[in-house]
Amino acid sequence: MTSIMVSRIRKKQIAQLITSGKRLDDRGLADWRPVQIETGVIEKAEGSARVRLGRTEVMAGIKIGLGEPFSDRPNDGVLTVNSEFVPIASPEFEAGPPGEESMELARVVDRGVRESKVIDLEKLCIIPGKKVFVVFVDIYVLNHDGNLIDASALATLAALTNTKVFKYEMKDGEVEIKPGFEALPLRNFPIAVTFADISGKLVVDPWLDEEEVMDARLTISFDKDGKVCAVQKGGTGTLSPEQIIEAAKTAKEKAEELRKLVVKS
Amino acid sequence: MSQKIVLVDEEGKRTDGRKLNELRPIKLKVGVLSNADGSAYIEQGKNKILAAVYGPREVHPRHLALPDRAILQCRYHMAPFSVEERKPPQPSRREVELSKVIREALEPAIFLDKFPRTSIDLFIEVLQADGGTRGAGVTVASLALADAGIPMRDLVAACAAGKAGGQMVLDLNDIEDKEGEADVPVAYMLNSNAVALLQMDGLLTIEEFKQAIDLALDGCKQIYVLQKEALKAKYLAIKEEAEEVVEEE
Repeated sequence: MTSIMVSRIRKKQIAQLITSGKRLDDRGLADWRPVQIETGVIEKAEGSARVRLGRTEVMAGIKIGLGEPFSDRPNDGVLTVNSEFVPIASPEFEAGPPGEESMELARVVDRGVRESKVIDLEKLCIIPGKKVFVVFVDIYVLNHDGNLIDASALATLAALTNTKVFKYEMKDGEVEIKPGFEALPLRNFPIAVTFADISGKLVVDPWLDEEEVMDARLTISFDKDGKVCAVQKGGTGTLSPEQIIEAAKTAKEKAEELRKLVVKS
Repeated sequence: MSQKIVLVDEEGKRTDGRKLNELRPIKLKVGVLSNADGSAYIEQGKNKILAAVYGPREVHPRHLALPDRAILQCRYHMAPFSVEERKPPQPSRREVELSKVIREALEPAIFLDKFPRTSIDLFIEVLQADGGTRGAGVTVASLALADAGIPMRDLVAACAAGKAGGQMVLDLNDIEDKEGEADVPVAYMLNSNAVALLQMDGLLTIEEFKQAIDLALDGCKQIYVLQKEALKAKYLAIKEEAEEVVEEE
């Protein structure tokens, strides 16, 4: 019961501040926390990145393997996105199979990457219908201070930009891996922008305290041409149609700012 | 993406003969399972979905109980025979995600604070899937909740819109969903002009995204009318039955 009371008092405080255009951590309503992106942080992974969004920290590692294509996409390589909320990241996280939050996160990140066709999957096909490269994206949350979706999407994109693929050769119908690598062919750079709705006002890049009191969450991803490529509403609150379109316009601008950070790194 | 399939022909007709802004035929029935506290059935095109509500009842596992309100637990599940290729019965990641977004779409409609320390358990079984099952799932679940007598602020109606064959279309079927350019499922509470579920995959400009939402809201409004009729139909049937009994006496 205490926590419910605390969260109600806290919510009132956060909401009152937001109505006057302020936030507990001194940011403006449309301001991001400082973003830091490091790439190539794990040598044994084919691609990797570590993103800090304020105190939120997420690592994405990419491994490339060989596998079979999906039966309905025989000419395409395979992309899979997984995420783990490991217990070091928060007192709220427990070891064990992924919960619905982490599955949702992985699927939202996956949608952004897949729908904007970041990876030219056809180029990852080795033998149609039989053998393809599989790109495994594993998102590892290291410190949870809110907005894991945007941090994970950034980490994934940054990791993909420095991902290398094995060189290979076909010998008697078998794939033989040769020394050396090639860069993974990338075509697009989607950026996710998440809002929290707190008592009817939208704030960008919510941190943990804001997430704990938010009514609804809205993530909109934009590709490099300024097109919407993934949307996800979360949380048990609702949004008006006008709020959604307003958010989309803000998100488009924010995505452009953020994309510069990744493409530069 | 295959270019061979024509999703919208020159006359603006779709693969199943519909107009761009036309819903598939929808059949709704309330009170279809005798064991459940509330239940409903929907057919939307070839989608066939059952929803059942049990509760408010004791919470399992018990530690999930909240002191100030009920919790809503939701399971969206597809029957193994509901799709072309058999779907393994254990819940997929997609089903886990959909269970979450459907729950979050319905929660805002329910007065959960009326039933502290209890659970309202909602089960959605997709018997046949043909595109747009999450929307149809929300629509039918909302009726099952109402049928269970759970106090609600409004019915939640849901429907998708999107882009297929270069055109903005309402209520995408399976082919349009798979081969089309974008899909935007929306759930809506008419009385409060509130969007309770919103997702998108595909590629759309902001303007198209807005058009898709508007189109989907239009669909939701039409479905809302059907929902109310279906609820009334159940009680009209009971009334007629009662009158017959009185006449016989």
